[in-house]
Amino acid sequence: MALPRLSRSFTGLLVETSCLIHQRTFRVSTVAAAIQKLTRVRVVDNSSLGNTPYHRSPRVIHVYTKNGIGKVGDKVLLAIKGQKKKALIIGHKMPGECMTPRFDSNNVVLIEDNGNPTGTRIKVPIPTQLRKMEGDYSKVLAIASSFV
Amino acid sequence: MRFQHSDSWFLSTSLCRWAPGNDSEPPKFIPPSKPVIIDKTQAVATLRKFLSPEFIPPRQRTNPLKFSMERKDMIRRRKILNVPEFYPGSILAVSMADPNATGKINRFVGICIQRGGKGLGATFVLRNIINQQGVEICYELYNPRIQKIEVLKLEKRLDDNLMYLRDALPEYSTVDPDMKPVPFPPTGEVPLNELKVKMRPKPWSKRWERPKFNIQGIHFDLCLVPKQMEHAQKWAQPWQEYDMLKEYDTSKLEQQILSEVQQEMSK
Repeated sequence: MALPRLSRSFTGLLVETSCLIHQRTFRVSTVAAAIQKLTRVRVVDNSSLGNTPYHRSPRVIHVYTKNGIGKVGDKVLLAIKGQKKKALIIGHKMPGECMTPRFDSNNVVLIEDNGNPTGTRIKVPIPTQLRKMEGDYSKVLAIASSFV
Repeated sequence: MRFQHSDSWFLSTSLCRWAPGNDSEPPKFIPPSKPVIIDKTQAVATLRKFLSPEFIPPRQRTNPLKFSMERKDMIRRRKILNVPEFYPGSILAVSMADPNATGKINRFVGICIQRGGKGLGATFVLRNIINQQGVEICYELYNPRIQKIEVLKLEKRLDDNLMYLRDALPEYSTVDPDMKPVPFPPTGEVPLNELKVKMRPKPWSKRWERPKFNIQGIHFDLCLVPKQMEHAQKWAQPWQEYDMLKEYDTSKLEQQILSEVQQEMSK
């Protein structure tokens, strides 16, 4: 008498857990927006800090602009592997002005305080509007392999 | 007498090949006629009756004078820059003048995902994957920075809007930047590519299975269960097909504008 009840409750539990397993999908925000605080970002150069795996992805903690929104060519502060590091935004998912490229991921290049890049090569294509800032980031442009 | 005749006859046939009066001097060299090269890869003006979608004015309460003035400007620009016929799904190469690239021309090759806008603000989006990074550029057709638009492969797909390629496997969006133009005949039907695209696992940027998007070009059987497809049909709006206020018949307008545009272009 007790057994069928137990078996029913067990089956109920199993069904619930299997439902939970199926429902535990990772929700990613679908809205493509410019880079702001707490955006997860993809480091695109070949520096060791950017490419070694960590249990948390690199996130933006501060954007160095008047409003807190970062577009191509803006400096940001990242939190990578428990350290703070400055970086330069190379491309974002948000559509910019016409005739400028829109990338499928928010790309970023690690930078020192004086503007020198940490890595030695950037494989990903870079928008040509970055060439306007020749003076500040000429070294970043020098390590880029292709322009879009 | 016969000998003389035969001699002169023989001499005349041999002399025919050389320029006249050339007994003592060496014969003048007449170069062979130059071969006529018919460049089949060049864009021959399409004999298909094709009107670019941005010429058709939207249904608005504006003065038709505005649209006719815009059309004049569009035709003026088209006389200078040859804008070929293309559809979403064709592979294009666009050369753009870039002030930041030191006077050089920036060339981008990609699949046309979407054609939007009407009039002079007409745009088209090209997508390609370069070095495993997806790049999309939205070009304005009538922007003076555009130097050249080439159609490398003229093709139609099952849908007008291929935005779902962002969530599809990267092989469907990669286009070789050094691709050679595929020759297509100026007459006849545009080839329809009935490719069903395989998608990445969900979540996608939009819920492409919903009837609002009406996408034919995704292979839903591989990624969705029939139960999910039925659940998506909950958002179907079957009454919109019968909504008379949403009807906009453009056939007569199209013919009229097409004849107008062809007249102006031939001037």
